[in-house]
Amino acid sequence: MNKLSLFGLLGLVIRRDLVLAMRRRADVLTTLIFFVMVVSLFPLGVGPEPDMLRKMAPGVVWVAALLASMLSLSRMFSADYQDGTLEQMLLVPQSLSMLVLGKILAHWMASGLPLVLMAPVLGLQFDMSAQSLGVLMLSLLLGSPILSMIGAVGAALTLGLRGGGVLVSLLVLPLCVPVLIFGTGAVEAVNSGMNYASHLSLLAALLMLALVFAPWVTAQALRISME
Amino acid sequence: MLEVSDLACTRGDHRLFSGLSFSLSAGELMQVQGANGSGKTSLLRTLCGFMMPEAGEIRWRGQDIRELDEDYYAEMVYLGHLNAVKDELNALENLRINAGLAGCEVSDGQAIAALRRMGLRGRETLPVKVLSQGQRRRVALARLLVSDAALWVLDEPLTALDIGAVGLMQELIGEHLQKDGMVIYTTHQPLQVGNVETRYLALS
Repeated sequence: MNKLSLFGLLGLVIRRDLVLAMRRRADVLTTLIFFVMVVSLFPLGVGPEPDMLRKMAPGVVWVAALLASMLSLSRMFSADYQDGTLEQMLLVPQSLSMLVLGKILAHWMASGLPLVLMAPVLGLQFDMSAQSLGVLMLSLLLGSPILSMIGAVGAALTLGLRGGGVLVSLLVLPLCVPVLIFGTGAVEAVNSGMNYASHLSLLAALLMLALVFAPWVTAQALRISME
Repeated sequence: MLEVSDLACTRGDHRLFSGLSFSLSAGELMQVQGANGSGKTSLLRTLCGFMMPEAGEIRWRGQDIRELDEDYYAEMVYLGHLNAVKDELNALENLRINAGLAGCEVSDGQAIAALRRMGLRGRETLPVKVLSQGQRRRVALARLLVSDAALWVLDEPLTALDIGAVGLMQELIGEHLQKDGMVIYTTHQPLQVGNVETRYLALS
């Protein structure tokens, strides 16, 4: 029997989680529809004044993306926990951290990437310029994987707890503040004609940091939750 | 191969067992016996490293399993109360993914052969959702057929199985022991494996 390599495992987990997401499409769509609704409510509630809308656009889109990504967090491990798959995952002979990284990436592809792709369409409602739309997308592209990674740690820690869904949001949201600040900061920098590269560089640095530590921390948290 | 010495386990404030010592060598079969709540599942979960023992050591080939970690996991397979099969996937996908998580890459042919041996002919590509409890258990058990792990840790493997499947399990365990494998299991149903003497471990 062939042994599965480390990257073979990564591919297997990503494929598995994406197939599962496709067969439970409702879960993926709720996140996306929530995002679209929240962002669309603002012009209706605040009034159609282009100047004000343009000014608040990055903040609204980013906060909505942050809240939408919280919706799917509690599901990241709970289904596997309930049907026993998580037990088998802890016994993986390659590396639990790698497996967790696969799950995080798949979670991002199913719930974070659709938000990134939808953001420019929503940005049009706020009369954003083409350049700020581009930077908004870029900042979300760098920022949303960080949200999935910080969220994974929270989801693993609250696994099996009653009311874990709300608890994970309370735990994770404060930790996402830096991502929010640099994400919106980049778009605001474009709007005021400043250099936005520094904000994006900081986001990229945060992403690298999360990429290194989050899978390992999540793996340890899962082991603790299973005891 | 597997040596347990002076193991103690507590659940909350309740001491389940203490001073438990035994060893299991190649080709041996051990049944853990005890009333409900006597700590059978906790013992097996401790052997898997899910739970930290209160005291004592578990050694595999002379080394602590906490140190071996992933090297130990490559040589053992655990089957718990939960089947670890996904309702949304079909039997074949479930088996291939579960084998992958256990570190083995299994081809479609091997997986189908294993499922057929487990009596799931014609059900290979049905979503597990539509299978019965016993058939789901068979999908989970098929994992044993595609694994080359030496140690099998089986927690109530016979739940929901019919007489034919119980016979098949006896056959599988017999074959595994002949290949110098080891099996430690719990059950409340009689399980007779031909030519092999079952050792008993009683928890009280």
